[in-house]
Amino acid sequence: MELRLEGVSHCYGDVEVIRNIDLSIPKGRIVCIVGPSGCGKSTLLRFLGGLERPTSGTVSQVGEPPADSINPLTYVFQDFALLPWRTVEGNISLILSDHGVPKKRADEIISDVLARTKLSDFRKALPKQLSGGMKQRVAIARALAVNPAVLLMDEPLSALDSQTRELLMDDLVDLWTRSPFTAVYVTHNLAEAVRLGHQIVVLSRRPGKINEVVEIDTPLADRSATDPELERTQQHLWALMRAEAEAADMELIDD
Amino acid sequence: MTDIATQTPDVRPVEFRGGGFRPSSPRWVGALVFVLLIAFLEWGTRAGFISSLTVPRPSDVFLTLWDLAASGALWTNLAPSLMRLLVGGTIGATVGIAVGVMIGLFSFARAGLVPLVAAIFPIPKIALLPLFVIWFGIDEASKYALIAFGTFTPTVVSTYGAVDNVDRSLIRMGQSFGLRWSTVVFRIVLPGAMPGILSGLRVSLAIAIILLVAAEMLGAEHGIGAYILQAGSLYDLERLFAGVTILSLLGVLLSAAVGAVEKHVLGWRT
Repeated sequence: MELRLEGVSHCYGDVEVIRNIDLSIPKGRIVCIVGPSGCGKSTLLRFLGGLERPTSGTVSQVGEPPADSINPLTYVFQDFALLPWRTVEGNISLILSDHGVPKKRADEIISDVLARTKLSDFRKALPKQLSGGMKQRVAIARALAVNPAVLLMDEPLSALDSQTRELLMDDLVDLWTRSPFTAVYVTHNLAEAVRLGHQIVVLSRRPGKINEVVEIDTPLADRSATDPELERTQQHLWALMRAEAEAADMELIDD
Repeated sequence: MTDIATQTPDVRPVEFRGGGFRPSSPRWVGALVFVLLIAFLEWGTRAGFISSLTVPRPSDVFLTLWDLAASGALWTNLAPSLMRLLVGGTIGATVGIAVGVMIGLFSFARAGLVPLVAAIFPIPKIALLPLFVIWFGIDEASKYALIAFGTFTPTVVSTYGAVDNVDRSLIRMGQSFGLRWSTVVFRIVLPGAMPGILSGLRVSLAIAIILLVAAEMLGAEHGIGAYILQAGSLYDLERLFAGVTILSLLGVLLSAAVGAVEKHVLGWRT
């Protein structure tokens, strides 16, 4: 299944936040969306998963999601969005049971996703007992449990410290290498974008338009933080964004 | 000119400026305050500088309580009162939570009911007692109604406030996983609102005890409130204080019960 945005524009009241965006999310690839703050990248992600409707333009899914997909468009949020009163297991089982997955099958799914995210020992833990990185792992496990056709990740590593971020980036690369998934990854962190993105979409500042689309052909598993080629791409992205970011920073917030 | 480098610098510890503003509550202090206060009153009434008309002697109040318990009169008065509290409080809290959740969830309920609740809240419910007697008769029903009505408004206000405070990102998460509306309400909104609902319940229960006495002003043969009012009209201060002590203890017990429920249900809080 692919996702496609056509002529998407959006206004909050009088403020135009997104202008005429065409974009398609190819199957099995990670598309990173970067841009200065306030460029509407998170809004764009909410359109993709149907949490918000654009003022004009269409968001469509092309092709059927896999039959065993419980929730084809699944988010991973920046603030983890774990229910603090449920255990790790309970956070995942809530969703599975609501979608009518039998208890036994749900248990198997939970064991599988917890193993894939290295959380098997934390099955009965409450979110308050976990570090930020662990919480985001739980959120990723929960997202994997519903077998999504497209993962929509909204700055998933932005609330974490830089070391945890490195670890989780490696984990995401591992997960993708073992079984490639389709994902849209919104971030303001260019290092994350060049490590995880097959395609990097650079948005301009408000109103957000597509400034450039950068393709990176190096396989995810072969990318390292010190790769000179990636370094160059990152410099290039920064050059594209620098002036915009500066201008966005100086803007008065009037809404 | 003195050489600065060779001068021995003045070494002193950095002055501590932090700390404070974090009150803790050691258990014994609360008990100690009660003990001291009662000991003072006992001493004062015995020494004679507090006349027995001002405050009854604590030991006399205690003896009255003892007699009350021994004669079985305590239970004849306590049982109907507890029943009234239980029925009235349960109805008020249940309806209050239901209405509060509706206000928290539906625009129409919010627009229509918030002003109504604001209009009802400041009415002293005691003033409405004659009205309730006309509506529900002089028997138990009017007493239930008064207590229920009194606990209803604070419960509504605290409940919809609690629902408003539920983390919206959790609700959005529920929607993004395609959860049913009822699951979002019962598994995300209600548990998330539980801390606020329970702390509102503490206030509501205290109000229920206050209204209990008011409800027993009319046509109650037995009940702690009736007992207090009877003692009051006879200026029998020992019995008055004995009754008030029972109400106080009831309040402490109910508050402790809510505390125990909180501890059990809200263990997930950091």
